Amino acid sequence: MTNELAHPPARLLSVGDAAWTVEFGNAIDPAIHGRVLGFSSLLDTLSNDGRLDGVVEWVPTFRSVTVHFDPLRTDALALHDLLAELAGKSGSLSAAGCRWRIPVCFDADCAPDLDEVAAAKGMSREEVVRLMTETVFTVYMLGFLPGFPYLGGLPEALDMPRLATPRKVVPSRSIAIAGRMCAAYPWESPGGWRLLGRTPLRLFDAANARRPALLAPGDQVVWQAVDRETFDAFERECAAGRFDLSSLLTEGETA
Amino acid sequence: MSAILEIIDAGLAVSVQDRGRAGYRNIGVPVSGALDPVLMAAANELAGNASEAAVLEVGLSGPSLKALSGTVRVGLSGEMGAQLVNTRGQVLKVAPWQTATLFPGDVIRIGGVSHGVGYVALSGGVQVAEQLGSRSTYLRAAIGGVQGRAPRVGDRLQCDAVRGDPWLEFRARAPWHHDTGPIRVILGPQEDHFTREAVENFLSRPYAVTRDMDRMGLRLDGEKLAHNEKGAEIVSDGVAPGTIQVPANGQPIVLMADCQTSGGYPKIATVIRADLPRLAHVRPGDELRFVAVSHAEAAAALRDQVQRLAAWVGMIQSFRPPGVIDEAALYGANLICGAVRGDEWTLHGVNLQYGAHHG
Repeated sequence: MTNELAHPPARLLSVGDAAWTVEFGNAIDPAIHGRVLGFSSLLDTLSNDGRLDGVVEWVPTFRSVTVHFDPLRTDALALHDLLAELAGKSGSLSAAGCRWRIPVCFDADCAPDLDEVAAAKGMSREEVVRLMTETVFTVYMLGFLPGFPYLGGLPEALDMPRLATPRKVVPSRSIAIAGRMCAAYPWESPGGWRLLGRTPLRLFDAANARRPALLAPGDQVVWQAVDRETFDAFERECAAGRFDLSSLLTEGETA
Repeated sequence: MSAILEIIDAGLAVSVQDRGRAGYRNIGVPVSGALDPVLMAAANELAGNASEAAVLEVGLSGPSLKALSGTVRVGLSGEMGAQLVNTRGQVLKVAPWQTATLFPGDVIRIGGVSHGVGYVALSGGVQVAEQLGSRSTYLRAAIGGVQGRAPRVGDRLQCDAVRGDPWLEFRARAPWHHDTGPIRVILGPQEDHFTREAVENFLSRPYAVTRDMDRMGLRLDGEKLAHNEKGAEIVSDGVAPGTIQVPANGQPIVLMADCQTSGGYPKIATVIRADLPRLAHVRPGDELRFVAVSHAEAAAALRDQVQRLAAWVGMIQSFRPPGVIDEAALYGANLICGAVRGDEWTLHGVNLQYGAHHG
């Protein structure tokens, strides 16, 4: 935790009569995200102590935390004042989740935009793959789709705008980039990000009640290139429910 | 005791819903749940259930259900009626806002919903498996519902058998009416991304409902809402059902129950809880007007709705329908008495009248 006085005050924004957004900034920035993680952690503690009556859940994003509450059980303005006070008290946390090594196949059929990105950046395919696999990405938030992680840390050398015309169908498990962000699609969906690879892993499993989403805000991810044979073998193991996710955790880290 | 119903016609835009899936928005899971939780509660109250038991939400036309085992009470809310075909081949008309009880072999054919959504409650609630704390269907990720999807012909739904007198039906004294007038909103969280004129337009001009509407959102069409120099994109932050986002084209999109958990468009306002159920009933071409209210007004509106619903529930009355073997009625002298609502139950096309309250 850092000194609270070093932080500019958070802004509280109405999201109707059943949620407040506590906004710490308006950029994708590790310092702002640190405050998001710090505030979320404080809410966790208070909630575990039963001190957030009527608060249903909260959603950390890149730069804010949206606190959803039951307006029949909680006075909105009293909660506003409490959240403003807590935002002033909470400090920063650095990303301190799990550190994952996640297999990715970069073969052409899994990576339809890899050649175009390489050409646009004056690189070889191998250089793009090297940059992707050498980077330690941080999970900033989950949103858009169940288990969809927004990862920060993409090297500036790979900064590309979204596709002018989004794809109607992005295959599930695609690894994609846009701007300075990276993401992984747990579900088939429309999408405008550029597809650089595919993972064999299920990124979301509703049957896993303890941890339905593989990744959580604050986690770190390193993509590990695998060949087609390994990709297929992993995919079969995942489909059969035999895959041990803990084998993906980097040594010394715990789930 | 449990009962089993078989789907013999799946209907259109039918899904299992309950109060929704709270607690997983932080991992991107939409809350889902009934588009109109007030009508969901109404159907459940008619069927004798807890107000948040899982129901079938009907978006276009209702399913047909056959009781395989056990006796099932079916409660209907919304402008949606049904036909009950019993094992003796009798066809009974079931009016909206009442119950019909199915004995093994009976079939209920639920009709279309004249606008918006209707709800079908089964005694004890639809007992599909809970996933992540809710039975609500979220199709995109195949969560909840009947194995992650809508009911299909041949599916069997489990519920509870009727407790108490199966010859008794229940009906509302009057249909539920939502509030009328402009849709109430609280401005924000990004009304500061719009020109002052855009905020004024939003609160004074009509916005027409387009055909582009589903459980995720409702696109509107009207006077363009111009963004100011802060622009038409933001770094994504949280949204909720009712949030009105405005992309660069200036046309508002109201997010509904299946909406994503965060978004990158500026959000001019959010519809208050008390008025969000009204948006489940709009049709393409309807014109909406919005009015900004305070948190205190929103809270008062929601409390008022809760009280109004409690009063409505308090006026649910029981009655003994004709067309079924009713031993109690056979032995009690008077088959036709009291106030008459001639349009509810029809036996072979002939209206039958019945007493307002034999209970």
